[in-house]
Amino acid sequence: MSLALKLPRLRLKGGTSLWVGGGLVAIAISSAILAPWIALTDPVLDANLMNAELPPSWEFPFGTDAQGRDIYSRIVWGARVSLSVGIISQICNSLIGVTLGLTAGYWGGWWDDLVSGLTNLMLAIPSLVFALAIMAILGPGLVSLVIALGLTSWSYSCRIARAQVLSLKSQGYIQAARILGYGDLRIMFTQILPNILGPLIVIATLGMGGAILAEAALSFLGLGIRPPFPSWGSMLSEARDQITTAPWLSVFPGLAIFFTVLGLNLLGDGLRDYLDPQSTTRRG
Amino acid sequence: MAEPLLSLDDLAVHFKVGNALAGGIKTLKAVDGVTLDVKPGECLGLVGESGCGKSTLALAIMGLLPPTRGAMNVDGQQISGATPPDRMKMARTVQMVFQDPYASLNPRQTVRRTLADPLRLHGITDKAEVEARVIDMMAKVGLRPEQADRYPHEFSGGQRQRIGIARALILKPKLVLCDEPVSALDVSIRAQIINLLLELKDEMGLAYIMISHDLGVVEHVSDRVAVMYLGRIVEQGGWQEIFENPRHPYTRALIAAIPDPFHRAAISADAKARGEIASALNPPSGCHFNPRCPLKADICTAEYPAFGEVSPGHRAACHFRDRVG
Amino acid sequence: MTTPLLKVENLRIALAGDGVTYDAVENVSFEIGRGEAFGLVGESGCGKSITALSVMGLLRRPLSLAGGRIILDGKEIQNVSAAEMRRLRGKRIAMIFQEPMTALNPLSPVGRQIAEMFVLHEGANWNEAMDRAEDALRQVRVPSPERRIKDYPHQLSGGMRQRVMIAIALACGPDLLVADEPTTALDVTVQAEIIDLMAELCAAKGTAVLMISHDLGLVANMCQRVAVMYAGRIVESQVADAIFATPTHPYTQGLIDSLPRLGERARRGRQKLSEISGVVPSIANYPAGCRFNPRCPAVTDVCRTIVPEATPLPADGVVRCHHHG
Repeated sequence: MSLALKLPRLRLKGGTSLWVGGGLVAIAISSAILAPWIALTDPVLDANLMNAELPPSWEFPFGTDAQGRDIYSRIVWGARVSLSVGIISQICNSLIGVTLGLTAGYWGGWWDDLVSGLTNLMLAIPSLVFALAIMAILGPGLVSLVIALGLTSWSYSCRIARAQVLSLKSQGYIQAARILGYGDLRIMFTQILPNILGPLIVIATLGMGGAILAEAALSFLGLGIRPPFPSWGSMLSEARDQITTAPWLSVFPGLAIFFTVLGLNLLGDGLRDYLDPQSTTRRG
Repeated sequence: MAEPLLSLDDLAVHFKVGNALAGGIKTLKAVDGVTLDVKPGECLGLVGESGCGKSTLALAIMGLLPPTRGAMNVDGQQISGATPPDRMKMARTVQMVFQDPYASLNPRQTVRRTLADPLRLHGITDKAEVEARVIDMMAKVGLRPEQADRYPHEFSGGQRQRIGIARALILKPKLVLCDEPVSALDVSIRAQIINLLLELKDEMGLAYIMISHDLGVVEHVSDRVAVMYLGRIVEQGGWQEIFENPRHPYTRALIAAIPDPFHRAAISADAKARGEIASALNPPSGCHFNPRCPLKADICTAEYPAFGEVSPGHRAACHFRDRVG
Repeated sequence: MTTPLLKVENLRIALAGDGVTYDAVENVSFEIGRGEAFGLVGESGCGKSITALSVMGLLRRPLSLAGGRIILDGKEIQNVSAAEMRRLRGKRIAMIFQEPMTALNPLSPVGRQIAEMFVLHEGANWNEAMDRAEDALRQVRVPSPERRIKDYPHQLSGGMRQRVMIAIALACGPDLLVADEPTTALDVTVQAEIIDLMAELCAAKGTAVLMISHDLGLVANMCQRVAVMYAGRIVESQVADAIFATPTHPYTQGLIDSLPRLGERARRGRQKLSEISGVVPSIANYPAGCRFNPRCPAVTDVCRTIVPEATPLPADGVVRCHHHG
């Protein structure tokens, strides 16, 4: 009965952040996909020292950089890097985290102890430092960036998955599945996983924002994407000397990161409310 | 004489509880030496209150908890604590209906999927046959074919319990363990489900183990009844002997505790038990029921009574079984 | 005729939902005399518990009192101030709940919680109050009360906690005890003891009881008069014995017939239980006319459109059915 009252407020809250966040993320994704068409110039080749460090104008909406390349076009192309790093690394993290969390929660015993210990270890080491170490070994580049970020922050989804499994494990339908002869893996992936997908999606969405920030940080430190191809982090990195003389060089990539990460966080929050088990049961 | 479908011989399930550092580890004897059998087509009522071990016993029978000692024989297959049962064969022999119709159905699966998946898992791959058996099973439990694509939340509690029954019967088991199948349902719905279970029993030749604390239900459906108290069976016999001529004071207390507006039951109010159920972690010495028993004597604190015969097929674990009543 | 202790007249309780307001309880009237035990019976969602809450002045949003009068000892109490209501609660009317653990303060010893009642409502000093708390525990037959008085709620079993709740409720000798499913969470043998204890103490102190339960048999055993609620309305109220002997409303008849009763099978053999068809309607879909009409075996057109008026039965009984008389 109290649910009946809470619901409209929830829906509104889920609604606003879901739509604003979804909108921001949609803009970022479509600019990444549509980059060849909506970019005004080539992000790498159209260098023209005659146009170096021009402030924003009609011709160059976000201004130009030291080599005279259009910042707007570089940001549009850079979305490809930032988003693919975010998405692919989060898929890796989710796969690792969910598999470990599901099996640890379901089987328990020494495997659970091992996974929990490993998770705590991962949480104790700042994941950026961990990623830095991996990058140092693998060397800079897109692939090593994805690997470094994809292997270092699975502990959150692992924890969530494990906790959810523990609360579902004693439910009647899980027992019923065992009694019907379902194997452990079948139970984990057909009976448990669909019921815990909501919070995992939320975690992955929030993690994507984190990965984009980490990409920016690593690129800023010169360990990520190598120039001349643009990523938002490497653009920031290149712009740091001109921050007082040509602030547009750092402001626009910074805003791109800000709004994309904000959008992902809002989307995650909105999804959390939307996928809330209470509101799904109320929908029926 | 038919071979028993299920026989338990001195089955026990113990748990280690507590912490080695704080207070030490204790043994919780949830089920402590249960011997019983169920023949094809019969209904065994299993009665007891919370902590008596009936739910643990149910999980052990279903192969979800390994027994600490004792042997179990399911349809001719020996299962002991050391050998895990063949789950696929067990699944086609013993199934279970759960108490809570809300938690026992996967909220993300339609009725069709809930019923069809087990069939496919057990090798029935022909689409038409799966479909036919799903629809047939739904009809048997009183659901309409067009309800097959609905999700559990679209059904009422009673209908969900019908789905739960359909899932238990879809593999055509021989024995169905019903764990309090109506106690979570609205009172006005219970009769529908009890009638359905009895109809299906006759139609499909099923045997039931009916776990319930509702003696009215147990008397109505059971052929034989076993009464559990703190992990052990204290009385066992045909339904008529148990309800008309109970010989264990605990059985008498259970019957006396039922509100009886018609004053028709055979047991008078002076048989009521006193005090609270002891913890299975620390059961009283001798007969576990002695602190609550109106007939308590010195021998009751000294030794656990033998599970002696009162009449053929009727046994009670009481020192005074021949004098009770 | 003396004035009744509690008189509830045309009570209406509104439930505010998604932009709609439902009548969760409609036109409920009953009277409880001094020292009388009155039972309110119905299935989950029928409005029996919120009726009890409204008597206690404990309705909270989204529920609110939308009409009717609640008269305690000749004085209307439905609109008194919160401070006045707090004075009434505990001293004049007390309540016990289904789950005593949620109603007891987990951080305070039970003796202190009982003693608090004497300090709060009777101005006793703590030493005197603690002595009286020990007496109160003895009265509810808690063994060794001098030790138990220092125990915290989690150290007690469910039955013991409910005894403590009864001791707290009856501490200041209230005129009316509201008991909402007081034994539903307890085992049957413990339940029987608690009910006997409640009946005995209330009779000794002259406390009237408003007992809320889904168990018609339990209520009929303990109460002198019983009202049956269905979907927010009282459909029948009668003297307890009469409600079993001559149930008048088809819903009451159906409920009584559908329950397997102890001893019935021995006498008449196993009969198919008579079912009440259909399901309990949800508050958003209450049918027009008599709310039982979609499930009623005697339904006619008038039942589907017109709400039945109350028809008097012998001994102050009432039934709401078009087909009576």
